[in-house]
Amino acid sequence: MKYLPLLLAALLRKKARMILTLLSVAAAFTLFGMLDAVRVAFNAPQSVVGIDRLITSSRLSLIQPLPYAYLARIESTPGVAAVTYASWFGGIYQDPKNFFPNFPVEPESYLDMYPELVLPEAQRQAFLKTRTGAVVGQALADLFGWSIGDKIPLRPTIYPHRDGGEVWTFDLVGIFKAAQPELRSSEKQMLFHHTYFDEGREIGQGTVGWYGVRVEDASRADQVAQAIDRQFANSAFETRTQSERDFQLAFAKQIGDIGLIVIAIMAAVFFTLLLLTGNAMAQSIRERIPELAVLKTLGFTNAAVLLLVLTEALVLLLLGGLLGLLLADLALPIIGEASSGQLDVAMPAETWGLGIALMLGIGVAVGLPPAVKAMRLRIVDALAGR
Amino acid sequence: MSAPTLSPAAEGAAPLVVVRGVSKVYERGRERIEVLHRVDLDIPKGDFLALMGPSGSGKSTLLNMIAGLDLPTEGALSVAGRRIDRMSATELARWRAANVGFVFQFYNLLPALSAHKNVELPLLLTRLSAARRRRHAAIALELVGLADRATHKPSELSGGQQQRVAIARAIVSDPTLLVCDEPTGDLDRHSAEEVLTLLQRLNREFGKTMIMVTHDPKAAEFARHILHLDKGTLVEQTEPASPDPA
Repeated sequence: MKYLPLLLAALLRKKARMILTLLSVAAAFTLFGMLDAVRVAFNAPQSVVGIDRLITSSRLSLIQPLPYAYLARIESTPGVAAVTYASWFGGIYQDPKNFFPNFPVEPESYLDMYPELVLPEAQRQAFLKTRTGAVVGQALADLFGWSIGDKIPLRPTIYPHRDGGEVWTFDLVGIFKAAQPELRSSEKQMLFHHTYFDEGREIGQGTVGWYGVRVEDASRADQVAQAIDRQFANSAFETRTQSERDFQLAFAKQIGDIGLIVIAIMAAVFFTLLLLTGNAMAQSIRERIPELAVLKTLGFTNAAVLLLVLTEALVLLLLGGLLGLLLADLALPIIGEASSGQLDVAMPAETWGLGIALMLGIGVAVGLPPAVKAMRLRIVDALAGR
Repeated sequence: MSAPTLSPAAEGAAPLVVVRGVSKVYERGRERIEVLHRVDLDIPKGDFLALMGPSGSGKSTLLNMIAGLDLPTEGALSVAGRRIDRMSATELARWRAANVGFVFQFYNLLPALSAHKNVELPLLLTRLSAARRRRHAAIALELVGLADRATHKPSELSGGQQQRVAIARAIVSDPTLLVCDEPTGDLDRHSAEEVLTLLQRLNREFGKTMIMVTHDPKAAEFARHILHLDKGTLVEQTEPASPDPA
């Protein structure tokens, strides 16, 4: 602590340069914080909810439907406890920017399969009984100000209505909540009757998007998945059965490998940061050679001077980096709100940890060369300006 | 040639600084430059010695070696009975912190620190508490007459004031030896006299042993003894024209 004034004096010697360097570090770590939060969100292991559940979809592509007739065959597969199904509807509410997932589902089996969607019993019964009924998550209802009894029109992007109408209209009969706070993203979806959808659509009748499967024994999920896929091997509609997590990752990877994209962007950002802060530190030390020589003259050892310069670089990176991560942490909810919940990610502890490790790593990388140079200064040469 | 012993006060007493057969050679490529040649010198405790000589005579090199900033190519150097030419870089740094105060021509204060913080710098290397460090620095500043400038940055002080802050920094840890390299070289006549009077006072009243390198014969007048160097050897010892009344 007693060296703090010395450290601050070194950092504040050229205030403008210090502030600009600090801001560039903060900007880099703000970007890192936001991108890494997205990467973590995509790769995060799911909650223990659903570890006994599988998804069976087309082996060719997620957008390739499967025959409805597979339902009975999957149900009869040994080890399967329950099956439900759903499809991707892709309806738009008023404006394309109001995107949210909306799925036609088989209501009873779907709600049984996903108990983490908590719906009051009366609303559940209303949903089961109402052919045009739909239920939405609390977050979605809050976002659009919906309440039970509202009519929700969705404009189809894939499935036009066979009566030629430009919208599908649903009666909101229930609002569900997530059973656990970490599953709150599931409150941003809308579910409605697959029968209503199948009867009303012009194309694709008799097919479903995917099947949800609950296995009797989670430890045997792999064998059950293989048994399901074996049944449909070499057919016109081969299947791929995988865990929910793998299914979601595959879904996300339709837009690319998020992890790789994030790593590529961050590598470019940090490489630039390394050059920038490295140059700033080197310049700062060059200018302070006589001052460092004075410190050594006064009795600061080589090791003390090395640590002083290294600490200066670390403090610079930590100050800027923590400021950047804090800004990212504050910005993510605002971005989530602005994107109507499409990008609802929070910065996890993992990102903070990785960020701090990067700050320390970059701090050492940019601080060590000038620190070694300062350590090796010959006092008489430095004082003489040689 | 026997080593010059400079202060009458030191007769019979062991000298504080003992220089024996010290040479310093710099090598530039194949060129070999001998800056000091077999110098012998004893400096008693409490002396105020001025080293004079033309540029390149080796006076700053000798001063640097006595202060533990540089090592001789050959010969022996002892200060207060300790062989500093045998110390490692770390040992020398610790020895300097405890035993030597430095005053440079261009003050060499840290520009971002206040006068008080600059004076406190050497005390950071001690085990003193923050409160005691502050107190010692305040006393040193008071001694050089700058207590009212404690919070000023070097850029807010005149050259003479900056040099007095540097002197306060040099004495704050109560060193055995004070070395001054052209302490008035960057000052006007009036400020130079103030600084030299202050150095003389530190020598007379506080018994500080001082070695000062200077080109200026008027500055050398403030010392007790003057040694002349030329081409790396001690050539002459003279007494100041206005001898020290003490």
